[in-house]
Amino acid sequence: MADSPKITFSRRGFLKGAGVTAATSVIETANALARDAKEALHADRVQGPDALTIKLHINGREHSVVIEPRDTLAQTLRDPLGLTGTKVVCDRGSCSACTVWIDKTPALACMTLSIDTTGREITTIEGLSHNGTMHPVQAAFVKHDAMQCGFCTPGMVMSCAALLERNPKPTLSDVKHAVSGNLCRCGTYPKVFAATLDVAGEKEV
Amino acid sequence: MSLDTLSSEQDQPGTTAKRSDSFVFGIPQNGLEHKEREVLFDEPPPLPPNSELMYIGKPTVRYDGPAKAMGTGKYTADVHLPGMLYARMVDATIPHGRIVSIDTGEAEKLPGVRAVQVIEHFYGGAELRDPKQEVPSRYPVIRYAGQPIAAVAATSQQIADDAAKLVKVQYDSMPFVVDRSAARAADAPLVFPGPADEAGSAGGGGGPKGVAQTGNVHGPQRKQSGDVEKGFADADVMVESEYFTQVQTHSALETHGFVVDWKPEEVTVYASTQGTASVREEFADVFKLPQSQVRVITEFMGGGFGAKFGAGNEGVMAANLSRKANAPVKLMLDRRQEHIVCNRPDSHQQLKIGAKKDGTLTAIKLTSYGTAGTGTGAGTAGPATNLYKCPNLLTEENDVFINAGPGAAFRAPGHPQGCFAFEQAIDELAVKLEMDPLMLRDKIDEHPARRVERQIILQRTNWRNRKPAGSDAGPVKRGIGIAQSVWYRFVSMDSSCEVRISRDGSVELMSAVQDLGTGTKTMLAVVVAEELGVPPSDVVIRIGDTRFPIGPDSGGSVTTGSISPAVRNAAWQVKQQLFAAVAPRFRTTADNLTIKSGRVVFKNDASKSYSLKQVAAKLPTSEISARATRVAEYSKERLTYGGVDYVELAVDTETGRIHVEKVFGAHDCGRPINPTGVLSQINGGILQGISYALFEQRIMDQNSGYMLNANLENYKILGAREVPEIEIELVENYIAQSSTDAAGIGESAGIITLAAAIGNAFYNATGVRLRKLPMTPANVLAALGKTQEEVEA
Repeated sequence: MADSPKITFSRRGFLKGAGVTAATSVIETANALARDAKEALHADRVQGPDALTIKLHINGREHSVVIEPRDTLAQTLRDPLGLTGTKVVCDRGSCSACTVWIDKTPALACMTLSIDTTGREITTIEGLSHNGTMHPVQAAFVKHDAMQCGFCTPGMVMSCAALLERNPKPTLSDVKHAVSGNLCRCGTYPKVFAATLDVAGEKEV
Repeated sequence: MSLDTLSSEQDQPGTTAKRSDSFVFGIPQNGLEHKEREVLFDEPPPLPPNSELMYIGKPTVRYDGPAKAMGTGKYTADVHLPGMLYARMVDATIPHGRIVSIDTGEAEKLPGVRAVQVIEHFYGGAELRDPKQEVPSRYPVIRYAGQPIAAVAATSQQIADDAAKLVKVQYDSMPFVVDRSAARAADAPLVFPGPADEAGSAGGGGGPKGVAQTGNVHGPQRKQSGDVEKGFADADVMVESEYFTQVQTHSALETHGFVVDWKPEEVTVYASTQGTASVREEFADVFKLPQSQVRVITEFMGGGFGAKFGAGNEGVMAANLSRKANAPVKLMLDRRQEHIVCNRPDSHQQLKIGAKKDGTLTAIKLTSYGTAGTGTGAGTAGPATNLYKCPNLLTEENDVFINAGPGAAFRAPGHPQGCFAFEQAIDELAVKLEMDPLMLRDKIDEHPARRVERQIILQRTNWRNRKPAGSDAGPVKRGIGIAQSVWYRFVSMDSSCEVRISRDGSVELMSAVQDLGTGTKTMLAVVVAEELGVPPSDVVIRIGDTRFPIGPDSGGSVTTGSISPAVRNAAWQVKQQLFAAVAPRFRTTADNLTIKSGRVVFKNDASKSYSLKQVAAKLPTSEISARATRVAEYSKERLTYGGVDYVELAVDTETGRIHVEKVFGAHDCGRPINPTGVLSQINGGILQGISYALFEQRIMDQNSGYMLNANLENYKILGAREVPEIEIELVENYIAQSSTDAAGIGESAGIITLAAAIGNAFYNATGVRLRKLPMTPANVLAALGKTQEEVEA
């Protein structure tokens, strides 16, 4: 039965599915799982368990990086690559501080294995600004003081910017839904809502 | 927390020459007055009210906002040094016992491991008054599950995590107790074999020392004035009840952690701390180093809320590992450890209040038992003692030791617990007296700012349309409630800075003070900007480094009130130097120069107006600078401040869910420096207060002694979906106490009041008192009599 092409719910697929933030709809989650299952069918090369070099496409640039197969994307971004804007808070998918985009879809970098992101387009908080010019969502966060300690801020920005990509005219409820997985301990939520609605050209209700 | 520990104000030695000056005084809504004060001769002139100022009191964007929004700010967790190792703490898997042996052999053999360190001394929590009461042991006694035992440093975090699991610890287990009421029983297992006290940390924390101890009960600390029995005899009306609050964990998003680079000539410590000075002092103390050889850096900091002071076990272990491995070491706690390292103590309070028919209070009696785990500091008497005048007061506060992580200062220590009981009891008293609860407070509360704040709430909210308790017919019932807070104008004299002007007109401020996310950097820029007439964004702020003049530890809302006067004084002094140096070049005298509306102008000729840059260009030297330190408060009055928070909520009496729909907060923090930052903090305090009231609760397993929900999915904190509509009104309150007259807002901002205000609104909605936190559906349904009470808290 070893050769049976039975589609199983792999750990890899589960991790990636769970890695999709609450910012994403159920349909997108299902799509990601289906895509992953399809990929798994075609994958025949075993990688690991030793360290290996992979190529990752991050913020429009290709990076060659040595990883262990067990390394999460959050670890790879932060440690070897020095992209520390992506924060790790809970390290198990419950706070969304590590939100990045994988193929334009918000995903939790702490719940995604780096090895699974080869060939995907990764965007981190550092990739949102260009030469020090802030993305409109970042500028609105500054204008509305949508931050205090700032540790949740990159994840919040990634969730809100993704929301505006897929829905340029969100309601307050849409914004709350988009960041419902992003925890903030300082209580910046009201300003996050105001900043995001400001970019959308909506007055906060 | 002993409230006195933060009040390190002393008389200044040195210059005693004084002058008399007239300072703005009072609250604009009441009409501002002036007050004469004797101040030191070299104090800057009095500041006019905010309405007449250019930058102070005007909204200013966060100084480091772009760095935070773009993810470029480097927190301790982000620090990477060449050759740096990653560490993981190994912690106890039993709640009480002795360590028989620790085998680090396998961990050391794991490829990539560079150093293993076994703990020698445990820092934190209480210690036996007489250490001889315990059998001597090579290792510290384990008193809670999760207590640090060892740490491992390796070339990657993954290897360090693997190695930590290979450290083999053999225990000799002892009986334990993790429940406060069980720990009070005469036959309860003893957490300490004799009386124990906790040395307060730099940021407060720690309860009274030297009080009686019976079994696990450390106390009471008794404070009394008048005669409560006589007061109750004189009362026309009395309310008496019991209240229960839970243990809350700080849950800062950045965990406790350090990067230590131990070099023989200097130890560099990157710390996620609320006090660079406290870290430096403790490192020097623990390692017997001169403070001059310890440098502490905190550039960005991911939240503390009272829990992050001093070196801690993490810092000491990181330093030992760095010394051993001869490499920099990063040691951040993981999320589970972060939930165990510190907490807000719980409480069981018995409260009785007596009053006359007109509302005048005749007696207050509060007895509280609370657990700070292996530490002390669970007192709750602040609000009962300091909110309203009452001639007869008796408070008895007890700490109960249990086998759980030590408590720590947590945003307004003791006050959310105390306010939950006290402000609900005041509300209950109003019901009994058939008085409007807001009017009762008008009768018994003398504080001028809260009086104005209540008026604002009357005018701007639905208070007047409040219906009688429990009058909604359907299953969803709506209610309105208020509660009031009190906090104290603590000042730290360890507040110094240097302000520098270069010949090119650039301005820098330097201080070791840290910014926890409260907006300290921005606040400092605004103060310098006002004095020197440049926009706040033109002032370069360099803080969070002990190479700069010492800054206050940020606890108890001391930072703004302590450091802002020093900063204004330094900026004012350097301005005097500038004027003296350049006046001859402008063919005038220094005293004819002043700064108005962002320009240097001649007092006697308004047409002569220059930018700071033009004036600085005439400096005979490349740079001038002035250093200043906080001077004592202008008067010795012990002042309090506070806020009033209003809540509208809906209770679903079928599911037991409470939806907070609207909060209106009216708050005072003296002279607000940057309203943007102040409002953000009040937003945060309100939301943290709702989170405390409705969701948060540490759950201990009685059988294993473990915290069951040491993570962020089972320890629920408030999320975006639970955010109500929030409106905030700031009240300026000038009290003529310092050259800026500012105070911090962190503690009085909502965290104290919200649970009580929600409790009062819940009563208004349902006609039932909810005296137990958190107000989970289970506790709500139990209070409504719809389910059996679960386990008694």
